[in-house]
Amino acid sequence: MKWRYSIPALLFLGLGGIFYFTLTKIGRGTLDVREIPSPLIGKAAPHFALPSLLEPSDLIDSNVWRGQSYLLNVWGSWCEGCKEEHSTLIALARVAGVPLIGMAWKDDHASARAMLTELGNPYSVVVADDAGRVAIDFGVYGAPETFLISADGIILAKHVGVMSDTVWRSTFAPKITNGASR
Amino acid sequence: MSTGLLQRLTLACALLVSVGCFAIDTEAAFTDTNQQARYEHLTQELRCLVCQNQSVADSNAPLAGDLRRIVREMIEHGDTDQAIRHFMTDRYGDFVLYDPPLTARTYLLWAAPILLVLMTVGVAVRNIVRRSRMALSPDFREPGSRS
Repeated sequence: MKWRYSIPALLFLGLGGIFYFTLTKIGRGTLDVREIPSPLIGKAAPHFALPSLLEPSDLIDSNVWRGQSYLLNVWGSWCEGCKEEHSTLIALARVAGVPLIGMAWKDDHASARAMLTELGNPYSVVVADDAGRVAIDFGVYGAPETFLISADGIILAKHVGVMSDTVWRSTFAPKITNGASR
Repeated sequence: MSTGLLQRLTLACALLVSVGCFAIDTEAAFTDTNQQARYEHLTQELRCLVCQNQSVADSNAPLAGDLRRIVREMIEHGDTDQAIRHFMTDRYGDFVLYDPPLTARTYLLWAAPILLVLMTVGVAVRNIVRRSRMALSPDFREPGSRS
């Protein structure tokens, strides 16, 4: 019955192993413990009608993208991660094959416009969500967040945090089929 | 200890405590006390998603302020507590609730304390039974007893 004395040691080693693998994943950035799985994936994207950031008199209704899939990127000029991913978005907008819609989340319009002038504008349209109410409908809790919405208005993918080539290739690209997904 | 020092220490402690008394929620209270109680209860049980260790009531993150406003509007509109919780979980999932519901994904979380108690009781009962058997066996000798 001597083997039983090694049980605590084995449990300790097992626990240590779990900690080791999880912490290395966090260290490499492949696991984000703060990320909250969205209940909205596979569900209908919320409808919105918001003014355009660049043409404030235009009201943009999300129904204009019916029958066409699109990307929605929630950003703000106050958000450091958004500046970080901006060059990736500019590159992606060219190759994605679907329109990239920007949503300026609780941002000052002048500084949002200034950021697009300075860093370039990857978006086909930018809407301004000043009250942050539409962002809440999308379950947004931290910019930048990026959504892929299918032609029939279903949220296919979501990423919280800086968009990268790796995330794009693993989470978004496989769900876009020849520009007119599903 | 001199009384002067004691008084100064007491004052310092009181000042330290008062730091925690800044109002996070600056909106006016409901005129209806029942609605106010529901509002306070709901915002306490919702988790702020930005600073994940604070409730929506305690957080000064802008998103928490927006969520408080939605809770307030929904209460004023006559929505039930259940409807308000639904509104939040539809958008943010069960994570937004400090008290997660019992579902297929959370049953282990809920069952773990019961399982641990059962395991402990099981091991304890087995050890007690074994020891009393040893004590009853004819060739058992109390430690230190002479034969």
